[in-house]
Amino acid sequence: MWSNLPLFPARASTMAGHVDALYFFLVAMAAFFTTLIASLILFFALRYRKSRSPQATQIHGSTALELLWTGIPLGIVMIIFVWSSVIFFMQTRPPKGAMEIYCVAKQWMWKFQHPEGQREINELHVPAGRDVRMVMTSQDVIHSFYVPAFRIKADVLPGRYTSTWFHATVPGRYHLFCAEYCGTQHSGMVGEVVVMEPADYERWAAGGVDGSLASAGEKSFQQYGCSMCHRADAAGRGPNLTGVFGRAVLLDDGRTVTADESYVRESILNPGAKIVSGFKNIMPTFEGQLSEEEVIGLVAYVKALGNGTASLPALVSEPNSGTYPVAPKAESSAAKSDKTATPGAKPAPAPPAAKQ
Amino acid sequence: METASHSEAKTNYLNADYGIKSWLLTTDHKRIAILYLGSITAFFFLGGFFAMLIRLELLTPAGDLVLADTYNKLFTMHGVVMIFLFLIPSVPAVFGNFLVPMMIGAKDLAFPKLNLASWYIYMIGAGFILYAIVTGGLDTGWTFYTPYSTTYSNTNVISAALGVFITGFSSIFTGLNIIVTVHRMRAPGLTWRRLPLFIWAHYATSVIMVLGTPVLAITIVLVALERLFHFGIFDARLGGDPLLFQHLFWFYSHPAVYIMILPSMGVVSEVIACFSRKRVFGYDFIAMSSIAIAVLGFLVWAHHMYVAGISVYAAMIFSMLTFFVAIPSAVKVFNWMATLYRGSITFETPMLYVFAFIGLFTIGGLTGVFLGAVGIDLHVTDTYFVVAHFHYVMVGGGVTGFMCALHFWWPKMTGKMYPEPFARLSAVLVFIGFNLTFFPQFLLGYMGMPRRYHAYPPEFQVLNVLSTAGASILAAGFLMPMIYFAWSLRYGKDAGPNPYRAAGLEWMTASPPPTFNFDETPVVTWEAYNYDEIDAPDHGTQKGVEVAG
Repeated sequence: MWSNLPLFPARASTMAGHVDALYFFLVAMAAFFTTLIASLILFFALRYRKSRSPQATQIHGSTALELLWTGIPLGIVMIIFVWSSVIFFMQTRPPKGAMEIYCVAKQWMWKFQHPEGQREINELHVPAGRDVRMVMTSQDVIHSFYVPAFRIKADVLPGRYTSTWFHATVPGRYHLFCAEYCGTQHSGMVGEVVVMEPADYERWAAGGVDGSLASAGEKSFQQYGCSMCHRADAAGRGPNLTGVFGRAVLLDDGRTVTADESYVRESILNPGAKIVSGFKNIMPTFEGQLSEEEVIGLVAYVKALGNGTASLPALVSEPNSGTYPVAPKAESSAAKSDKTATPGAKPAPAPPAAKQ
Repeated sequence: METASHSEAKTNYLNADYGIKSWLLTTDHKRIAILYLGSITAFFFLGGFFAMLIRLELLTPAGDLVLADTYNKLFTMHGVVMIFLFLIPSVPAVFGNFLVPMMIGAKDLAFPKLNLASWYIYMIGAGFILYAIVTGGLDTGWTFYTPYSTTYSNTNVISAALGVFITGFSSIFTGLNIIVTVHRMRAPGLTWRRLPLFIWAHYATSVIMVLGTPVLAITIVLVALERLFHFGIFDARLGGDPLLFQHLFWFYSHPAVYIMILPSMGVVSEVIACFSRKRVFGYDFIAMSSIAIAVLGFLVWAHHMYVAGISVYAAMIFSMLTFFVAIPSAVKVFNWMATLYRGSITFETPMLYVFAFIGLFTIGGLTGVFLGAVGIDLHVTDTYFVVAHFHYVMVGGGVTGFMCALHFWWPKMTGKMYPEPFARLSAVLVFIGFNLTFFPQFLLGYMGMPRRYHAYPPEFQVLNVLSTAGASILAAGFLMPMIYFAWSLRYGKDAGPNPYRAAGLEWMTASPPPTFNFDETPVVTWEAYNYDEIDAPDHGTQKGVEVAG
């Protein structure tokens, strides 16, 4: 009902109802106290104006009243605290099994990569009725991913991954804004989230791509010579990456970290930061060598290695055999054909019309 | 004691000495307050000019009045000028300077030369900021977020940041001066619990200034090191952490909000007591709530960062502390309200500003509760909801309190009365114009319009037009006092020492006061706000109190 009002944002995710419910409670609370205070002030000001009340009655104060108007607001804000924290937990904890879409923000555009391999700019196609988790990073300054209709927002930072999630409910087109000031074209860093019926989304996602994000990562994995050391057998100079993602990793300084997206990213770009127990700090840094998209592909590949949907490649050349990095010849042509295929990935089937 | 009622021929701080040098080299706290008043008024109108250009640009959805870069510079310079050059020094450096010694029966502040130095430092800092503005401007937002400010912005970050760095020292000096003065220079008999609440508010403000401002200074130095020498502090590509900047920045800048609002709360306590002819209800609770705000204000900075990438549990703890800091402000509002009860109320201009303050600050405070709630903040942070909220607090609270003080103490500072009908009209215009400007922005924010947008989707236009219309009324409301205050200097009625029959030592001396404030050091035997004694029918014997007319 509210989505028909011009003064209220569309409600298109499961989160919107929760946020709006608390918002209405807060509006009611604020309206009550504003009215209470304003009407008491008006009443006192008129009732005790000088012509009706020529002599003031001195009153020092009342501890009972002070306790009352300290205690009642305190009780109310603690209710709000608990309520809003419950919502916050829902907002920040994506359900297991959410589909993951990667996002690279830069001045002044949004780039998205779908698990199936689709890439898009300033437009994000998502299915209704599914949990979608955004894994996001920035190529330059801080941006913020904001979809008012979903009532979610998360800053997108350079040098790390942040995430947010949503479960879209109503197919349609919704605003996507950059909410953190990011320079000249900040107000032009906008796009649209296109929520589609699941079947339409499947069709869209399958159209015109020849490889998933993880398979693009697998190509990079070979192209940059990662497979020389990260081998499936025990002879590799780097850790075997099969099954690592999502598990606890023991480091050589005795700490344990969980292998999440940020850890994998850091281990690619700055391998010396956290050394896996039993291995030497011999991996070169890839900071500045890889684009954020390539890093995301590699992360997706390592993730696929973790849940068994991909395996480490068979070696195509001997380790220590020559210059580094080694780009296997058989793969470079495949990489080329991938690149030529990518532009074709852009056009999408017409999304369903917005239901507003 | 010599009566001060016929002060025409008497020497006062304004006519004690003449010439530009007597002003630029003065160590009289009252003259320094006037120097500050002149400077911050100029910057208020400069900041207001930027605001008007912003509102005109936002009249239409397309970015068609100014270029995107120009727009970004306008909102940045509006913020920098209004916050660092107007709001932070506004009430403390003008009215704190003028009134703290007078309210406690002292001849001057504890360190008069430091006081003059603080004005010079402020002006030098302001000079750097003006230099940054006229040589191309600054486009980082007043928040200077990294790595944009350190690596990506092509504007005058260094000179503007240096200006902010330097003005910081002026507020440290002012704060230090007020703290020492309140501790050491109270008149005989003026115990802590007899102090006007204005003094309590300024004491709490000064503590924040002295403790918080150095953190801002350090942060600015780090920004400069990274921008000039590429030290990796905040930029992830250099191995830094962009969130570190936000922690450091808000550690100062959240308490700075209380620097802008607490002194105005002190003003409200003085004025509401005077025009209700009553003691302030719950004196102890209002005094302690100022201290509580100063302490808790330092523990809530990360509520600016719920969506910035801090941990879930950190966000929750800061959320809870944020709700705690709402309570002392609520206590103040309820006590002011109770002060009206069974008073004998009149509606002079300062009192109208008190009503405006309470109304606007209540809305500002309550919408702060919205933003403290993490679940709501995720949706509305960085939107116009936040813009509306902090304008309700800083303009609806801070500036309204400043205007209230300016009208209430103008007769004391100048010896002249302003024309009451015009002043009342301007107070009403400010209230109406303010609400029309900023209330629509709450709705825009919940609809999702992000802040700092040069162009915006067309569905937001109606509310933006309302907002711009309101801003025009607000501008008229703020320009009017310039005219009638100037007029009053020449044509205003003589005020006499105490035109409002107000309580407080500052009213027990001539208007304008003599250079050393009191001919004789007062001895205080009464509590603050002794309106029962002042209004008693057999009154007239009490020392120093003049009945107007």
